[in-house]
Amino acid sequence: MPWTTPSINISYASKNSKGIRELSYREAICEAQRQLMSTDSRIFLMGEGIDDAGGVFGTTLGLADEFGCERVVDTPIAENGMTGVAIGAAINGMRPVFIHMRPDFVIISLDQLLNHAAKWFYMSGGQVSVPLTIRCVIGRGWGSAAQHSQNIQGLLTHLPGIKVLMPATAQDAKGLLIAAARDPNPVVILEHRWLFDKTGHVPEELYETPVGRANICRYGSDVTIVATSIMVHEAMLAAEVLAADGYDPEIIDLRSIKPWDENCIAASVQKTGRLVVADTGHQYGGVAAEIAARITELCFSALKTPVRRITLPEAPVPAAASLENIYFPGQLEIIAAVKDVSGG
Amino acid sequence: MTMPSPNDNTKRLLFKKMLLIRHFEQKIAELYPEQEIRTPVHLCVGQEAVAAGVCAHLRPADLIFSTHRNHGHCLAKGMSVKKMLAEFYGKESGCCGGKGGSMHPCAPEHGILGTSAIVGGGIPMAVGAAWAEQMRNGDNIAVAFFGDGATEEGTFHESLNFAALKNIPVVFICENNLYATASPIRHRQPAAGSIAAKAKGYGLPGELINGNDVIEVYQRVGEAVERARRGQGPTLIEAETFRWFAHVGPVDDTETGHRSADELARWKNKCPIRRMRDHLTIENILKSEDEKNWSIEFDINFAGALTFAKESVPPTKELLTTHVFA
Ligand SMILES: Cc1ncc(C[n+]2csc(CCOP(=O)(O)OP(=O)(O)O)c2C)c(N)n1
Ligand SMILES: [Mg+2]
Repeated sequence: MPWTTPSINISYASKNSKGIRELSYREAICEAQRQLMSTDSRIFLMGEGIDDAGGVFGTTLGLADEFGCERVVDTPIAENGMTGVAIGAAINGMRPVFIHMRPDFVIISLDQLLNHAAKWFYMSGGQVSVPLTIRCVIGRGWGSAAQHSQNIQGLLTHLPGIKVLMPATAQDAKGLLIAAARDPNPVVILEHRWLFDKTGHVPEELYETPVGRANICRYGSDVTIVATSIMVHEAMLAAEVLAADGYDPEIIDLRSIKPWDENCIAASVQKTGRLVVADTGHQYGGVAAEIAARITELCFSALKTPVRRITLPEAPVPAAASLENIYFPGQLEIIAAVKDVSGG
Repeated sequence: MTMPSPNDNTKRLLFKKMLLIRHFEQKIAELYPEQEIRTPVHLCVGQEAVAAGVCAHLRPADLIFSTHRNHGHCLAKGMSVKKMLAEFYGKESGCCGGKGGSMHPCAPEHGILGTSAIVGGGIPMAVGAAWAEQMRNGDNIAVAFFGDGATEEGTFHESLNFAALKNIPVVFICENNLYATASPIRHRQPAAGSIAAKAKGYGLPGELINGNDVIEVYQRVGEAVERARRGQGPTLIEAETFRWFAHVGPVDDTETGHRSADELARWKNKCPIRRMRDHLTIENILKSEDEKNWSIEFDINFAGALTFAKESVPPTKELLTTHVFA
């Protein structure tokens, strides 16, 4: 199964196995949508410019031609209202996938997402659920600055009722999107644009990566590194350097941010006694904060050192390259944190 | 009350301002491939008449709120080429200390209290800024510039309603260039609709004007600005125009999307600068050497600004977390 085997830049199955091809993250997303729409007439895509020549960084290419503009719908620039429209369609039998090119635009839709979608099932006493998928591309660089490259997983996970997923591999980009589209709840998927060219071995069939399950991508013994999205790749790069220095990190791709796989991480920390959490978001009240707090509750006696968090600095995203270059943490920060918690 | 046609001198200044904007944008387009301007640029070539015609009525203390496509508005409002360029080059000497990039220029001394690149983000801020003027009994006004796409956002409608309700001295300038990124307006708004006509339901005047005719922009916006200053409330103006480059970057998008080469060619034929040049020539207002002299002036000014931008230092590490709070 694609979600049970380490899969970062390594094949988990021989390339000869049936129906497994090397696909990019971008192609995997596109394929998932094609297969979902071919097999479920309730599913449709909507979003600003999703039928453009660019095809949402290539993830919707060809779909408008194949399925027509009634199922690949270019919308007005009206994120909050259109999210409400998507919710309305979802509660009345459709399965919309609303696509945003940047997380910053999702922020405009937070009223409909958080005041409505997140609590509709609860407020209705379990009668009306909202099977809505939000796909959102996160990115950074080239001076996109404070309103075009924010990380919002911490915001989205604070209130109950929304699931949040962050695939780091091509396999999970496909599997989690399929799981989201079949989920009876609102699910936001944050896809990192810097991963779009990364390839992996992706099964041809329609498969789900289970929501709420992490993926151990490197087995190790002396420190656990839990990472999200592109930080998984940074952690894998860090592991090479660390291994050469005699460290043996275990690396866990969180994949599902909410709900998250506390059993998998707790088991790892019971074994290693050390935890470094590397998230693409901010620190205060964020994903890394939640994991650090929960694992400290669960594994206090196993922990040999305090949990370390690697997150964005406490500032909006700067435009200048000189600041942007130091704004986003990467493998160097992970290496330093691992050495730090390991006492050397 | 119809504003009289601008006098000869004003016409020359309007023309010169359009040339300045075009010159700046073309220089950015030329420099961009060097990859030293590491920030997305949304060029306004083709739309210069709106910026020039609107800002000609504004005093330094009047406020403008622009968008991602802000270069023309800022230059027309008097912002320094030097500080804009330095910002594009990610330098501490830039108009935002390097923190904003090309999408968020700020120059309070010229009435630019920051710029939002969230579509529709600046419109209510213009209303609030103008409301502050009203509360202080001042006679400064605010202008909100935005695109056709922004009229689909809730903020546009909420802003019109409140501005009309409180008779706020704001002028809403919609540059309808028929596209939002690659999406044509017909995909986003009903064919039977009209942006200008939306004003009616909110109880303020709404007018459709030719955004490529700088004299028409000057006259019609002049009336709106005067109404606002006299305490007669807000106006919505829809100026029809067209951008020549792609949504972002100095590239041609006619082969890749809904905009056809034909459509672009038709609009290039309606070039606002050529239109004004023809008018000034017929009226004998332009001296033969004017354009050449101005072009030399722009070149010298730009070259100095470019050297300044390139030689300025980038913001250093310590500045990363400054300015989070005041
Ligand atoms: C709220 C929001 N949604 C989407 C975007 C992405 N985006 C940037 S510019 C733009 C098109 C804006 O079109 P319009 O308002 O007509 O302005 P134009 O670019 O034509 O000048 C879009 C969709 C954004 N910046 N903000
Ligand atoms: Mg437009």
